[in-house]
Amino acid sequence: MNGSSYNIFNSSNYFGWSETQGVLEVIQILLPEIVLAVFSMIVLLGAVYSRKNKTTSIVFWGTATTFLLVSIFIIFRGAAVYTAFGGAFIDDLFSRYLKVLILLSAAIILMLSQDFLKRNNLFKFEYPILMTLSVVGMMMMVSAGDLMSLYMGLELQSLSLYVLASFSRDSVRSTEAGLKYFVLGALSSGMLLYGSSLIYGYSGSTVFSEIFITASANEKSLGFVFGLVFITIGMAFKVSAVPFHMWTPDVYEGAPTPVTAFLATAPKVAAMGLFARVVHDAFGGAFNDWSQILILLSVLSMLFGSIAAIGQKDIKRLMAYSSISHMGFALMGLTSGGLEGVQSMLIYMAIYVMMNIGTFAFIISMEVDGKPVSEINSLQMYSKTNPGRSMALLILMFSLAGIPPLLGFFGKFYVLKAAITSELYLLATAGVIASVIGAFYYLRIIYYIYFGENPRALDQTHSLFNQTVLVISALAMVLGVVNLFGLEFVSEIAANALVN
Amino acid sequence: MVSLEHYLLMSATLFIIGIFGIFVNRKNIIIILMSIEIILMAVNINLVAFSSFMNDLVGQVFTLFVLTVAAAEAAIGLAILVCFYRSKGSILVDDVNMMKG
Repeated sequence: MNGSSYNIFNSSNYFGWSETQGVLEVIQILLPEIVLAVFSMIVLLGAVYSRKNKTTSIVFWGTATTFLLVSIFIIFRGAAVYTAFGGAFIDDLFSRYLKVLILLSAAIILMLSQDFLKRNNLFKFEYPILMTLSVVGMMMMVSAGDLMSLYMGLELQSLSLYVLASFSRDSVRSTEAGLKYFVLGALSSGMLLYGSSLIYGYSGSTVFSEIFITASANEKSLGFVFGLVFITIGMAFKVSAVPFHMWTPDVYEGAPTPVTAFLATAPKVAAMGLFARVVHDAFGGAFNDWSQILILLSVLSMLFGSIAAIGQKDIKRLMAYSSISHMGFALMGLTSGGLEGVQSMLIYMAIYVMMNIGTFAFIISMEVDGKPVSEINSLQMYSKTNPGRSMALLILMFSLAGIPPLLGFFGKFYVLKAAITSELYLLATAGVIASVIGAFYYLRIIYYIYFGENPRALDQTHSLFNQTVLVISALAMVLGVVNLFGLEFVSEIAANALVN
Repeated sequence: MVSLEHYLLMSATLFIIGIFGIFVNRKNIIIILMSIEIILMAVNINLVAFSSFMNDLVGQVFTLFVLTVAAAEAAIGLAILVCFYRSKGSILVDDVNMMKG
């Protein structure tokens, strides 16, 4: 190859790659990701060679502590914007907000899982390691500034999650869940990749800031629009928006409950963050093209998620449809565009994660005679045997339904407000209708708990940590009303970092 | 002379074959894995064709990433398939039916 014919990294002058960012500087920017990746490798080696059951517990605690420490490190990073690898990696306030959310939820879910895994003979050191790897992938996703880093982050996250979903490898359900997740996940990555290749071809670059220039042109080539559609479809798969949701209920039902809890929180945050990043940083100029697709996805997700959940008998399946519906709401915020839209999406995701962690802290502990159960029926008259936990669950269900004094209402409120400000009245109306329908199935759970018929004996074996998380999360739903824990302010500066 | 359009058509055809392979195939899960591979290769043809016609190396770098990830993906897919076969005793698509949907 003669040097003149190929131009490595066209966009180099843009981000100063040509002046060669020093290795140390790059390491500094990527420190959180590097720390986690190296941590997972060291732990993997250490755990394989030590081969003692004692180490598993240490690995669990160590991983959770590392997540916490890294998130604290990220919080104290200040407001500066760093880019590395010619703009392929962006570390700004937007990505930091999401990273903290991802790390904290992953740490809590990891601790919640311990008890369940121990009792079901799944307490293995691979679990936290796979979780760490997928968290690194998620952190790459929300920091992606280039189609390549987007793809690598997405794949690292998904590949770890496929394995986690089939973690209980002797169970047909779990492996089947993993298989379904794998096939549809790989298909969605393929679509996203095909879209990326078209975008690369028609805009001449894979860096978001360069794609932005092509996207802002008035005349967009057909290939570019095709690429945009394919990328949107690929990401819609990842956030499980209708009509690309088919995998969600099956995977949620089949995967071990702690994995379901993880799937419902951190990856959703990362995927929504990635979605926001791509539509603003790369396709910000093509607002009219993508907002139409997103409106459709959002309406369908909200309505379908609410309606399909009505007939469910399995609480994990119900939570799957509930998360589909919630993703519809988050997409509504994103569709509204602008600062307010992104901000409402960020608030919504944070509240969604808080509610889901609390609910899953309970679901993980649902057992009859030492065997995990997930039928809603088993909750009949639960208030008789355990009024405290029933009360916490009541608050969480009301919050998920979006009933006014609770935190869940404010998530919906901000999203609807953003939609109305951008004059998307029909979308907002659909959202309100969906949330009314959705209230039915959340209330049905409460009905079972308080007015059910024949009481079934759920075991009382909730571990202390799970109970604490359940109670704290329920309290947060009530106390958060005061100032939303400052979410409004934080999400505003985070959204500002993305939109401007 | 082979033009860019030829490459794009070729890759679009492969892509569609891959998609149909996943949805129409009612026999064997291995065929689904092959279809996924076909999709990724269609993407690679696209990337390399663009890269060569634009005199820009990024596309080929991207291709190398895709190849690497495709290998990892196939490994994980087969591993999950082996686990599934052990517990279910079959790798027919129609037997992946414990949960409706």
